Amino acid sequence: MLNEVDLSKYEKITAKTIPTEKGISSGHRACQGCVEILAMGMVMKAVGRNVIVANATGCMEIVTSPFPQTAWNVPWMHVAFENTSAVASGIEAALKIREKHGKLKGERPKVLAFGGDGATADIGLQALSGALERGHDFTYVCLDNEAYMNTGIQRSSSTPYGAMTTTSPPGSNSIGQSTWKKNVPAIAAAHNIPYVATASPGNYLDLMNKVRKAIAIDGPAYIHIYAVCPTGWGIKSEKGIELSKLAVKTNVFPLYEVIGGKYILKENKNPKPVVDYLKIQRRFRHLSETDVEYIQKRVDAEYAHLAAMASCAAPEEEENDE
Amino acid sequence: MKKKRTQLFALGNEAVVEGALLAGCTFFAGYPITPSSEIMEVMAQRLPMEEDSVFIQMEDEIASMGAIIGASLAGRKVMTATSGPGFSLMQELIGYGCMVEAPMVIVNVMRGGPSTGLPTSPAQGDVQMARWGTHGDHPIIVLSASTVQQCLDMTITAFNFAEKYRTPVILLLDEVTAHTRERFELPFAEEYEVFSRITPSVPPEWFHPFQDSLRGVPPMPPLGAGYRVHVTGLTHDEMGFPTQRPEEIEEAISRLFRKIDQFYPDIMMVEEYKTEDAEVAVIAYGSVARSAHHAVDRAREEGVKAGLLELKTLFPFPRPQVVKLARRCKCLLVPEMNMGQMSREVKRVNNGITRVRTINRVDGRIITPTQILKNLTQI
Repeated sequence: MLNEVDLSKYEKITAKTIPTEKGISSGHRACQGCVEILAMGMVMKAVGRNVIVANATGCMEIVTSPFPQTAWNVPWMHVAFENTSAVASGIEAALKIREKHGKLKGERPKVLAFGGDGATADIGLQALSGALERGHDFTYVCLDNEAYMNTGIQRSSSTPYGAMTTTSPPGSNSIGQSTWKKNVPAIAAAHNIPYVATASPGNYLDLMNKVRKAIAIDGPAYIHIYAVCPTGWGIKSEKGIELSKLAVKTNVFPLYEVIGGKYILKENKNPKPVVDYLKIQRRFRHLSETDVEYIQKRVDAEYAHLAAMASCAAPEEEENDE
Repeated sequence: MKKKRTQLFALGNEAVVEGALLAGCTFFAGYPITPSSEIMEVMAQRLPMEEDSVFIQMEDEIASMGAIIGASLAGRKVMTATSGPGFSLMQELIGYGCMVEAPMVIVNVMRGGPSTGLPTSPAQGDVQMARWGTHGDHPIIVLSASTVQQCLDMTITAFNFAEKYRTPVILLLDEVTAHTRERFELPFAEEYEVFSRITPSVPPEWFHPFQDSLRGVPPMPPLGAGYRVHVTGLTHDEMGFPTQRPEEIEEAISRLFRKIDQFYPDIMMVEEYKTEDAEVAVIAYGSVARSAHHAVDRAREEGVKAGLLELKTLFPFPRPQVVKLARRCKCLLVPEMNMGQMSREVKRVNNGITRVRTINRVDGRIITPTQILKNLTQI
């Protein structure tokens, strides 16, 4: 037990109580089958209307605010690529001091920061670390589509091993992305913040409840959402949610929470082989059997590590959301 | 039989890569940003296939600059490419590059600004920033290109200037030049010069890393070659150690300026078109120069004696050429895709000799030949 986390304000969402109102409207310009915008919609549904959003440069910024329209029904600001967390810190600090001096009418709005994997794992990591360390009461949501899709599918440090991107092209001397995916949730958890979670839009109730927990706690929270990109990954646009579920079932993207330092893993009893996940994506098409074996081994090892972390922390009984 | 040059049909961004490879670039570090991403994407494919060459994608533009400075000091010919927002992040290390005299080429494909601005529209708003973006008084070389062929040629030139004068060189393109797809030719090996930095010829114990000479450009050993090199962003003496002595500071900074100043004739590159008998001259650079070229032809058809001075070197500002033109012409016309950054320089050197008119456009569209022609005929 590291930190006591107060979850008393947590309001659970069930299939019957899914909010219908959300801060982001349809009619945006996302690609057909975009799962990232679905995930964003789920987050916005769970958060409600009393929220201020800071959004890093990226796909979601572009598609929700094409000239001369906007898809946002809540206060929203697009900030430069590298400093979403810093801007969110500023908003939160300003709101807090106004509340302290009694100048804020009504309930203090939640502060939400959105960033893609590039804005989180690469260019914005410094600002994110700073904001988590200072302990601002905000929620950072990383929508991880595993490359820089907005500028034309360049690799990021969150791109998985073996994936083809324009700056990690596979060929006789290259396997594609040559490094393993950066573990940003673990980096966030290492800041010893109250709440860290990974979520997948395939498990939508789980995702929304994680957002609810994140906004309920006092202090920084980090949610890493797996956001399938049909355009960048080379899959059919109707396969997005299927792939989101598959990533969880094959342990490629395990779902877990870290509450006050305790790892709580959503156990996957009968994992599917990783090859099921890899073979439907064009970005992995060039991989040989040995490559797939290597990936399988590594995925198993990472899952075992996570399971060990979860058992170390002696989790309390956690209700299953689905 | 006469040999034929290899002809290619590609983007300005791809021509930059060809130029860099011809100039001997062996190290590229970058970060994707529209509209310069193609430079990086093609580099990612081409560089690993070249012998002894490295391509790295960094986590941001600050890191990209850091990587190329490190590689430059380690003896590589280096380049990075970016656009406005990334160029802002690079500024601190550009100053560092000036201070430690690291040869490097920075390509900035200008897009509409400020901030995120217009990622897919052209602009020329980074001109004065390229000159004065980093803090402290410093010399720098800024080049530009207007055609895809020039993208290749000016990239080679940029590498040569960087290596010759041990300085960061900034190549300013705009979105139109970078994303224009047209025919260009690869020069034969004997048709272009490739200059590499001079390495010290003295034994390590005699070596003073920042010693002044007639050229003002000290020889540069790659790190790890046996020479002791102390590199710092602090103002340093000729051994590279930080100094507070006024006479040493004065000497170090004035040498930085002198090494560029005394080679002005070599560095200042312009192209003149029908300026011999011109009564009105257009001064333009980048994609605007192409519109101006066309406008001059059409103005001549209408009986207006127009000419074009195309600036290929933006800084150091080609003062002699502009003054010469100012003395001859009734009016100078400076069209640019900003609120008047280069016209400021033109007005400064013109100093009342003749009239200077400007065309400024900041709506994300190009300046058309018709727009320039209209102004030419009104003068």
